Amino acid sequence: MNKIKLIIQREYLTRVKKNTFIIMSVLGPLLITGIFIVPLWLQKMESKQVKDIAVIDESGILAPTLKSTENIKFTSMGKLSLDDAQRGFAKSGYYAVLFIPKNILNSTSVQIFSNRQPDFGLKQYIAKLIERDLETLKLLKSNVNPDLLKAVQTPIYVQTIKWTGDGKEVEVTMEMKTIIGTVASMLIYMFIFLYGSQVMRGVVEEKVNRIVEIIISSVRPMQLMVGKIAGIMLVGLTQFVLWIVITFSVVWMAQVTLFPEPAAPTITNQTAAIDSKVLTQVQALGQDDYRYALDIFGSISNVNWTIMIGSFLFFFICGYLLYASMYAAIGSAVDSETDTQQFVIPLTVPMVITLVMIQVILNNPDGSIAFWMSMIPFTSPIAMMARIPYGVPIWQVVLSSFILITTIIIMAKLAAKVYRTGILMYGKKITYKELVKWMRYNS
Amino acid sequence: MGFITVQNIVKEYSGTKALNNVSFDVEAGTIFGLLGPNGAGKTTIIRIINQILAPDSGKVLFNGEPITAAHIGRIGYLPEERGLYKKMKIGEQLVYLAQLKEMPKAIATEKLKAWFRKFEIENWWDKNVEELSKGMQQKVQFIATVLHEPELLIFDEPFSGFDPINALAIKQEILALKEKGITIILSTHTMSSVEELCDSIALIHKGQKVLDGKVFDIKQQYSNNTYEIKCLGWFDSMASTLTHNYQIIDHHKEGNITTIKLKLLNNIPTNDLIRHFTGLGNVIAFNELLPSMNDIFIDVVGETNKQTGA
Repeated sequence: MNKIKLIIQREYLTRVKKNTFIIMSVLGPLLITGIFIVPLWLQKMESKQVKDIAVIDESGILAPTLKSTENIKFTSMGKLSLDDAQRGFAKSGYYAVLFIPKNILNSTSVQIFSNRQPDFGLKQYIAKLIERDLETLKLLKSNVNPDLLKAVQTPIYVQTIKWTGDGKEVEVTMEMKTIIGTVASMLIYMFIFLYGSQVMRGVVEEKVNRIVEIIISSVRPMQLMVGKIAGIMLVGLTQFVLWIVITFSVVWMAQVTLFPEPAAPTITNQTAAIDSKVLTQVQALGQDDYRYALDIFGSISNVNWTIMIGSFLFFFICGYLLYASMYAAIGSAVDSETDTQQFVIPLTVPMVITLVMIQVILNNPDGSIAFWMSMIPFTSPIAMMARIPYGVPIWQVVLSSFILITTIIIMAKLAAKVYRTGILMYGKKITYKELVKWMRYNS
Repeated sequence: MGFITVQNIVKEYSGTKALNNVSFDVEAGTIFGLLGPNGAGKTTIIRIINQILAPDSGKVLFNGEPITAAHIGRIGYLPEERGLYKKMKIGEQLVYLAQLKEMPKAIATEKLKAWFRKFEIENWWDKNVEELSKGMQQKVQFIATVLHEPELLIFDEPFSGFDPINALAIKQEILALKEKGITIILSTHTMSSVEELCDSIALIHKGQKVLDGKVFDIKQQYSNNTYEIKCLGWFDSMASTLTHNYQIIDHHKEGNITTIKLKLLNNIPTNDLIRHFTGLGNVIAFNELLPSMNDIFIDVVGETNKQTGA
């Protein structure tokens, strides 16, 4: 037992001390959080900028109805001609000129002139605004009661609220679940793959260095294999904990410094929007993308992180143990790392298939594909992590874990048999048939 | 009863017998040579003594008691295929290996420092193995084998890969260890080192022990009454005087010294031979020609091959 501890210690310390480990531990979370925070921050910067739009309305109908918002200010230019506007534009400080033709009621297009590329959001916002205005005008022209008009125009904001067991209501947007499901399953794939193959490389290294015979004259091969797998698992867990700590610190700092206002939109905000005037309903549009993003961002705090992290740890450990023992067996059977390919490829196939299927699982987390992939032990750690944010029935989790753990025990036993024979075997081209033969050897 | 006793070991690999009923005794404080051509089963025996492999039947006794995991720390093993972790500091690595052999860390560190001083390599402690030349790596490897102060040392082809100077150093080191009373098993097919080092041997061929005993006894056993005699004078005149009791194997002349190799037949005492030659001329040298271990090795292995029709 004491010797296994020594082996674990060596495996752990030699890896944790490596520069690559330290760099990965810091860079990983920065990259992940960067993907979320940077676009959000850019959007925020953008949305703070007020865009002055000069309006030349030849029809004279729309200009009065165009209401400015915090971010977009419309100024009517009266009877100014487009040519004059073009001449004076550079000095005017306006962001763009909106030109509404005389026949707007029969036409389907307006023009935006600017000396830069107007952003997509602005274009969409103006299109939507004018669409609405024209729609209203046309309806009014057909003698539709304005009150009725107001009554039928109802913006819908879909909120997803989940009832938890103890009757509390927690809002986690569907988008957030998708993001977390995707990130968690990618992460668990990465961890299993990364650390599983480290086990293989470690075994091959010992074999190639020819130190293995010296070690197994002191410890039993089984002890060496268990020690190596456990040591590398601890490295993975250390990395995971570092990632969690660093990620949360970065998110927290970002929330405090970059997004100081309360991020999560409250229900009253939304109901207030419904009450506002018909023509101003779309006002918020310019800010919508940002608010939407903040909305997602804000619901991070509503995610049940205990369950997420707990299940990540469980499925990482199980998935890792399953794959690591197979990787160890492969490492022991070959003479060099280049020979591992033929055995590693079939091993990665189930994992890669699961990754490809993630979208399908996320689209229908209770569907039969999601169910079966979370039962098959070779795919279940990844598939389960994709499903966990949506909530998985307890019996499925229990059944999946049971199948997984049983498979680990069987696999570890077979792997140990292959390993014991393989580490002392040199210069032999190993086939699957040979591996099966080794599995049948008695101790 | 020897320090190590191998009793009726049988080991089969998928139908073929790698070891077939092999037994031998290694006496305490001696150097025991385990000889045999490639693939004879030497490494398998060594692995069984090291408990890396388990025999199908038969047993190994360590100082009279059946060998168990408790003996692992008392054995030092230098395998034929050997190496160290390339990217691990030498000091840390050797202490780690000694710890695996159940020596406490503090003591291992202390002992290792002494070894480093002895070999004048104190500045190697924090070096990685890959920074060392091959010869230096082998010195480190040797220290790794003996650091935990085992009572039994097993060297599998210890001289392969060593240059003559390092090989000599290792030879001296092995003899020094023997002086300290350590029992040594040496597997090799370098016969010259067997003559210099080994007290007794076992010759393994095709999984079977074909010869064993003390080197001295074996040589006597294989001696065939062959002598070499050097005289001043002419061979032709001597040859004509020899009777049918002598069979001349070889002769040559250098200057006026004639060297004759001959075999005594019909149990003629050697004194008769000497007397005969002193009558002929001035005898300046006379000695018995014992077969070299190399000759015996080739002889025995060739004989066994003939018997088995290989």
